[in-house]
Amino acid sequence: MQITNSASRFTNHVSRITHHVLRIWRKAMAKTAQVEVNDRGLLSSLQEFFRSVLESEGMNAMLVPRHLEQKNVIMPVLISDPEQLEGADPLAPAFPVNGARIVSKLTRKPSGGKIAVVLRPCEIRAFIELVKLKQARTDEILIIGMDCPGAYSNRDYVRFVEEKGEEGVARFCQDLFLGKGTDTERIELSPACQSCEFPIPEAADILIGLLGMDTERHFMVQALTQKGENLFETLGLSEAGEPKERQSAVESFVVERKACRDKMFAETAAGVNTLEKLTAYLSSCVNCYNCRAACPVCFCKECVFVTDVFDHDPSQYLKWAARKGAVKMPTDTLFYHITRLAHMSTACVGCGQCSNACPNDIPVAELFRTVSHRTQEAFDYEAGRSPDEAPPLSVFNENELGEVVGIN
Amino acid sequence: MTDFEPAIIAFVCNWCTYTAADLAGTSRLSYPKNVRLIRVMCTGMVDPQYVIKAFLEGADGVLVSGCHPGDCHYINGNFKARRRIKLLKEILPQFGFEQERLRLTWIGASDGIQFAEIMRELTVQLRTLGPNEAKLRMII
Ligand code: SF4
Ligand code: SF4
Ligand code: FES
Repeated sequence: MQITNSASRFTNHVSRITHHVLRIWRKAMAKTAQVEVNDRGLLSSLQEFFRSVLESEGMNAMLVPRHLEQKNVIMPVLISDPEQLEGADPLAPAFPVNGARIVSKLTRKPSGGKIAVVLRPCEIRAFIELVKLKQARTDEILIIGMDCPGAYSNRDYVRFVEEKGEEGVARFCQDLFLGKGTDTERIELSPACQSCEFPIPEAADILIGLLGMDTERHFMVQALTQKGENLFETLGLSEAGEPKERQSAVESFVVERKACRDKMFAETAAGVNTLEKLTAYLSSCVNCYNCRAACPVCFCKECVFVTDVFDHDPSQYLKWAARKGAVKMPTDTLFYHITRLAHMSTACVGCGQCSNACPNDIPVAELFRTVSHRTQEAFDYEAGRSPDEAPPLSVFNENELGEVVGIN
Repeated sequence: MTDFEPAIIAFVCNWCTYTAADLAGTSRLSYPKNVRLIRVMCTGMVDPQYVIKAFLEGADGVLVSGCHPGDCHYINGNFKARRRIKLLKEILPQFGFEQERLRLTWIGASDGIQFAEIMRELTVQLRTLGPNEAKLRMII
């Protein structure tokens, strides 16, 4: 049993290494351009680039974060008229929804059109999970991924715009990527973003690189797939290498983030390691299920918690009260969270939308990422890493996990 | 602690472990009354939520038991169950549950003697481990 068990682990490792090697090879072969920044700045140049994509042969629409006309609020907007790209703003540190859910709405059946979607890395990773769970398709979309420095929580973003105005929004990315941080140090990124080690959208078709670039002069456009290459050619971009500084800039960014992440893991793990502590951690939860509604990978149309499976008889509550002396109402709070961990933690991408959605400021994302890190590691899996790795609970090997069978 | 009697919830598949329990009964083999059997059609239908609910309701131990590999009447339900148990053994200990409280066994239809033995052994183990703190405390 032990031997076959390690054999299956070995196969997993091989597929992972193959994937890693392929990614390095693809990256080395990737067509790369450095697009010049015009005199109106980075944002305007990106809008210009988006326009050229939207106007390219066969493209019907583009999904991109944009300011709403009625109020200075940023939401994903599906645009078909290139004029409407004015106000598109993928640089603002606003992250109101994980776009994977929206792209799933757009792709779960053929739409008859081709859409370019501009996404953050964690949105792409969540999207990959949804594709594997058969909730979305890649056929008619082209993914444009942007390097991501992180974003604010919804509440902090409003505060930030009030304090810093448009000016501050425009400088946000530059400050963070160039490590200046002067303008932004007073408001911290959302905790999920602070400990996110995935700033690069590695699974995009087209990558827009900002990290390690002199973004006053250039941004990078890189084709990572065949679809991306086709667009690269259609747009007539001219090839230039990746700037040397980029690699080391990415590496040190990731090192810092991982250190932050590991500290968060240790603190969270110590904060929930008994039922008493977990109860304290979730004590202000009112079972509103907003965290589940906001989660991009919680895809069930009808969650078991809204069915009558665990809808208890009134007399049951009295029995509980009698047995324990007192019960907190509504009941089943830990049950809900632990069940959600069992159902989706292997797909959690750590985007932080659950915390963003919580009306009571419970650090849900820290809990989910901490637990998920361990469940994903147990199956040698990483959510969003590759479309080719099956979700661990959807498959099995006949000869594995001998250690969980038996009573010794 | 000597008078502590663990409550054990056992999800047993209709075709193998339940049949083994039945055989133990008809063979007049005795096993501890601590075990409460819940008959399911296959271990592959034991969603983690039922195991979690059992623990949060105060079960001191949960056993999932079905057919030996290759014998599952739905071909591979037991292999899926094994992954789910692995998953739960990664999650529950993070909240302080000893992972020994959750067990998975294969007990075939003709293994009545083995069934009774395993139930006895499990009861002894859980008696030693002590009660699950969720039983009497108010958790949320
Ligand atoms: S659990 Fe939270 S952090 Fe994880 S994918 Fe869902 S919303 Fe994002
Ligand atoms: S959003 Fe917050 S209050 Fe609502 S169920 Fe999730 S953790 Fe509980
Ligand atoms: S029928 Fe017994 S484990 Fe599937």
